[in-house]
Amino acid sequence: MKIKKNIAVSESGFVFDPSTGESFSLNQIGLELVELLKQGQGFDAIKKEILEIYDVDEISFEKYYYDFISSLNQNQLLED
Amino acid sequence: MNKTKITLAATGLNNTDNPGPGIPVIRAIRESKEFDVRVIGLAYETLEPGIYMRDLVDKVYMVPYPSEGSGALIERIAYINSIENIDVLIPNFDAELYTFMKSASTLKKMGIHTFLPTIEQFEERHKSNLPEFGKKYNLKVPKSISLLKHSEIGEIRKEFEYPVMVKGKFYDAYVAYNEEQVRMHFNKISAKWGLPVIIQEFVKGTEVNVVALGDGKGNTTGAVPMRKQYITDKGKAWGGVTLDAPDMLKLTHHIIKSTLWRGGMELELIRTNNNDLYLIEINPRIPAWVYLAVGAGQNLPEALLKLALGQEVKPFEKFDIGKIFIRYSYDMIINWNDFEKISTQGEI
Repeated sequence: MKIKKNIAVSESGFVFDPSTGESFSLNQIGLELVELLKQGQGFDAIKKEILEIYDVDEISFEKYYYDFISSLNQNQLLED
Repeated sequence: MNKTKITLAATGLNNTDNPGPGIPVIRAIRESKEFDVRVIGLAYETLEPGIYMRDLVDKVYMVPYPSEGSGALIERIAYINSIENIDVLIPNFDAELYTFMKSASTLKKMGIHTFLPTIEQFEERHKSNLPEFGKKYNLKVPKSISLLKHSEIGEIRKEFEYPVMVKGKFYDAYVAYNEEQVRMHFNKISAKWGLPVIIQEFVKGTEVNVVALGDGKGNTTGAVPMRKQYITDKGKAWGGVTLDAPDMLKLTHHIIKSTLWRGGMELELIRTNNNDLYLIEINPRIPAWVYLAVGAGQNLPEALLKLALGQEVKPFEKFDIGKIFIRYSYDMIINWNDFEKISTQGEI
């Protein structure tokens, strides 16, 4: 699972998908996750990084992470 | 660089909430670095806003509707030409195209150049011929039938599942969720645009569009894909964004190459959830949102003008992705005597 290569993400967390014309706003943590996905990081690496920075337990992170991925998928921002 | 002086005549000055392409076409050509253009507006109604946009249009003449007979329209053009010496005429309405295509050689004899599709190209892409068009050129198109009589409405349920699209032969499209709604739209559309009324399968997905220009030899001079971001209650784009959509461009090149399309066109497509592109309509002219293409780096109206003049045009190779257009409304204040002049003398 990878994030589409051609999506544009601004520093403020504004996402533009040039293939569909859709745009989205991310909050800070969403922006960080998208940036890590764009770098090609997998679940384990992302989990490690987020757990180091934020006060969150593994189970909660996993739940919110997959919710977020499902939201990206629903909005056609992922590619196989 | 010395600019070439030319006189351009254009219709479609109805820059309303359902805008004709005339004003964006004129605006694009006015921005040309190669042409110094005198613009002659041709108007059908005295309240077409473009008549009063004096920074874009130098002179305006009223012309008779093509429904009054092509003879009357061409006669009026001949009169206007005797005063203005028109070099190029760009018609911008579907409903007038047939008259201008049929009269292209007469216009040429008057010294007026056009760059229009052939009658065969115009006819075969009609909404009512879309299934055959799709079959001939190997395109995904929605199933459709043409209704010539009110009594045929009952037949729809045998071939389609509701909802269906109900469309006029030139303009207007409505979704109908049952037979009663089809009857209502049939009456409305047939009264305005005549028959047939087209019933089209409703394809679920996102509407996307392409503005393109074919050189008549199978080459795509330019093409820009767009998605409407804001749609008016008449279904018109009030905002849109250019897309990075290689499949839409590939489809456009295929259509232009296989039909040898000559002139401007707009492809109306539906992208389904499976990423299939269905062709739902080909409009045989430049659409009103063409200025987005200009803003994205492809001045297609200027290229069309050059093709009409018989000049070589190098195809555009790129455009800016993510360019957005947003329309706005603006109140012009005009003097009563300007309105009087166009209403009584037919020119201003």
